[in-house]
Amino acid sequence: MIPGVSINEILTLTSILFFIGVYGFITRKNLISILISVELILNSSVINFVVINKYLYPELLQGMVYSIFIIAVAAAETALAVAIIINIYRRTGSVEVSETETMKH
Amino acid sequence: MEKVIFYILAIIMVASAVAAVSSRKMLRSVVYLLFVLIGAAGLYFQMDYNFLAAIQLTVYAGGVVVLIIFSVLLIHHIEMELEVAKKSRRAISSLLCLLGLSVFLATIYAHPFEAAGVTTTTTTAEIGRALLSFEKQGFILPFEVISVLLLSAMIGAIVIAKGGKQIKQPPLEKVDPEKILQNISKEIKEKKVPEEEIGV
Repeated sequence: MIPGVSINEILTLTSILFFIGVYGFITRKNLISILISVELILNSSVINFVVINKYLYPELLQGMVYSIFIIAVAAAETALAVAIIINIYRRTGSVEVSETETMKH
Repeated sequence: MEKVIFYILAIIMVASAVAAVSSRKMLRSVVYLLFVLIGAAGLYFQMDYNFLAAIQLTVYAGGVVVLIIFSVLLIHHIEMELEVAKKSRRAISSLLCLLGLSVFLATIYAHPFEAAGVTTTTTTAEIGRALLSFEKQGFILPFEVISVLLLSAMIGAIVIAKGGKQIKQPPLEKVDPEKILQNISKEIKEKKVPEEEIGV
């Protein structure tokens, strides 16, 4: 644990990050910007797992291992999302959400 | 000292997160995301989770961000500014987010967390044993599942990004030489074209 910093402060920081990500997810209109917002949300949840593991159950490893899994899934998700975005750009010439109306050409 | 560093990190993370979701240049918002991820790695270092901080730096800051930057460079015109949502929509969504944040904070500050108070250092060897043990509190099954997931994601990304079809282009107009000749002779007859140009 960080000396002098309580768990509430770190959880406050991560919830602020989470809702900034949600705000970006709602307001952005570009697929890559939405991907960035999703990364923010995932990252704040990873920090939550780590913090709760460190402060409440420091002798266990569950939160730590779980955060490693989340990072792996996020990396896989980003690779797939980038592949899909590039394919959409090749077919429609745009990555705006409003112009990707159909899933199949 | 640690407290000051934590607050500096927190301010950097929140400011760059706000910039990442509100910047109108795409590449800049990716770089702001990079700052947030590095700040998270700094938090892990402060909490004495060195292995996780290293993973965060290599996978997130080194892999994911570079991937996103490449895709931005491939498909986006850098000097182009992103379009933003309508003002009313932005106001409504920020209000909703503030509402959700207040609910979260009320729950967090109402719950009595019992901090254990002891600090134990987790070594990388312990994490490796936890990942590979099949006893109680072992994670061998999710570890194997995640390896299959990564493999399938890799194959899927290759197959999808390779793609078969190109952009559909409208078929070129058929060139009819006789029609062109007729048009030219018509223009000559009507004296639309000066004679020197044709060389008559």
